[in-house]
Amino acid sequence: MSLVLKMHDFDLNIKNLSKIEGHATLKIKVRKDKVENVKLIVEENRRFFEEGIIGKNYQTIPQTVSRICGTCSVAHLTCASEAIERALKVDISRQTLVMRKLSLMGMNLRDHAMHLYFFVLPDILGKESVLDFNKEEHHFLREGFEMKAAGNLLTKLVGGRAIHPMFAQVGHFSKVPESSKIKETIEKLKKAREKCFDIMDIMESYESNFRRKTNYIAIADDNYTFLTGRIFDSKGWSVSEENVGNYLKEIVIPYSQGIGYELKNKEFLTGAIARMNINSNSLHQETRKDIRKYLRIFPTHDIYKNNLAQAIENLHCIDSSIEILESEEFKEEKKPDIKISESEGVGVVEAPRGLLYNRFKIDKNGRILKSKIVTPTAQNQIRMENDIRQLVEDNLDKSEEQIRILVEELIRSYDPCMTCASRFLKLKWI
Amino acid sequence: MKKLKIGIFAFTSDEGCIMQILESLNSTFEELKDYLDIRHFRLLIPKKEMQKMDVAFIEGAISTKKDLELLKKIRENSKKIVAIGSCAINGVPSNMRNSFDEKTKSKIKSFLEKFEHFDTVEPIEKYIEVDEKINGCPISEENFIICLKKYIDEFGVKNA
Ligand code: SF4
Repeated sequence: MSLVLKMHDFDLNIKNLSKIEGHATLKIKVRKDKVENVKLIVEENRRFFEEGIIGKNYQTIPQTVSRICGTCSVAHLTCASEAIERALKVDISRQTLVMRKLSLMGMNLRDHAMHLYFFVLPDILGKESVLDFNKEEHHFLREGFEMKAAGNLLTKLVGGRAIHPMFAQVGHFSKVPESSKIKETIEKLKKAREKCFDIMDIMESYESNFRRKTNYIAIADDNYTFLTGRIFDSKGWSVSEENVGNYLKEIVIPYSQGIGYELKNKEFLTGAIARMNINSNSLHQETRKDIRKYLRIFPTHDIYKNNLAQAIENLHCIDSSIEILESEEFKEEKKPDIKISESEGVGVVEAPRGLLYNRFKIDKNGRILKSKIVTPTAQNQIRMENDIRQLVEDNLDKSEEQIRILVEELIRSYDPCMTCASRFLKLKWI
Repeated sequence: MKKLKIGIFAFTSDEGCIMQILESLNSTFEELKDYLDIRHFRLLIPKKEMQKMDVAFIEGAISTKKDLELLKKIRENSKKIVAIGSCAINGVPSNMRNSFDEKTKSKIKSFLEKFEHFDTVEPIEKYIEVDEKINGCPISEENFIICLKKYIDEFGVKNA
């Protein structure tokens, strides 16, 4: 980080932002009390996934796009499977759907826990890193690991492992959960449940004065599943998964030659805060019962509350998966028949950081002809940069060090994923 | 007390192996923390000047000049280098562009030039000596811990 100070005429550069997923650098230029530009530069080396899957057989696609991002691999894999199944008109069983919901919830739990305990908590406690926690704070580290472990176990139970789960296939899972492991998973989830409340308290009191109204979008269904339902915005407008692409516009960010997204020609926000703003009524009833005081906070325009939203979702994921695991009888099933045809399909799921959109065109031999992948961080890009710009302008009376801290906290509240962003944002190459 | 000085780095990759490392610590961190001095791990610790390490764990393949410079610096500063995951070991799957057809290659060419990407994405062994490899995409949690414990023993950390 370097700061060159003149009276409200400065450059703020933060190289290699830490405690976010992936590599990024931030550059802000202020001249005469005006923010001339904000560049959040994704430093991840692009790996050309959209180009790379062209010509590949549809069956290999979910496991390939899973490698777009380690931490949210389950979302990429599930979204691609859904898109291909829609294209090829594959009917998946109820059990497969249930297992997908479980694996997504396991991932959310693991990923949110990493973000909350390892990335955000150091900001709140004024520490450089989770490794600097003192004796009194050390229990947070333990709880973070415990929460992550519960999510890990849940995804492993269903998919075989937490990162790039190999049992998840187009149309089905190649294995059913073992009953002995189900018991163990339920126990771990129940233990993790007890730990959910302290972190919620902390995230409730973590807030900022910064507000910018925006539109939010999220998939909403009656059970807050991260998988099924229509896509709603905060004004009540809704659209099907298949058609949401018609409203998402790729736009060039003028000062950075980048690509971001607008919904109906306006900036918007996706992620845990959007899901909670739109669909908190559908949280698991046990969750709702225990968090009434936090529910009143939503809808909110305080982006710091994205952290509280994630903490609440963790409890919801635990309650929902315990209920499913206690009631579901998993049995071996026949694979669905898949007939290859020239076709096109869309998949949309809620990744931990928001809406993930896949669209594939398949040729008559089952090979990918065209692909489109829109990640949550790309969708939030415009909103995030506009926020940083406004935040800096609002705080020009503060020291540069204070501004740096505020900006970093804001970025971390968004929980951006640069590993995802780099594949699809041209923005980084400034 | 003597500690094993380690660094964890990611190059061109999806950080999936790094995630597995973080997962492997869920149940082992309490037991291992007193033996470890984690010097570099961007995911958790802000960047600082390169320090001396006993073991550096490296994920990802090498695709830019910047990657290569950092890789060499790590080699100079670490007694052992462990390549983790198939991206680091053989480039796959981060090297997809190596096998693109000419048409696609020419489409991405100006982009690659602008950001000093090399013509091909390569495993780390092409550029530096590697002491050990942990295979997998991703590596397994267990194999990482086995390897870590081995170095804790090898560097005489527990007996110190
Ligand atoms: S080897 Fe696989 S899991 Fe590991 S970084 Fe590379 S793509 Fe990710």
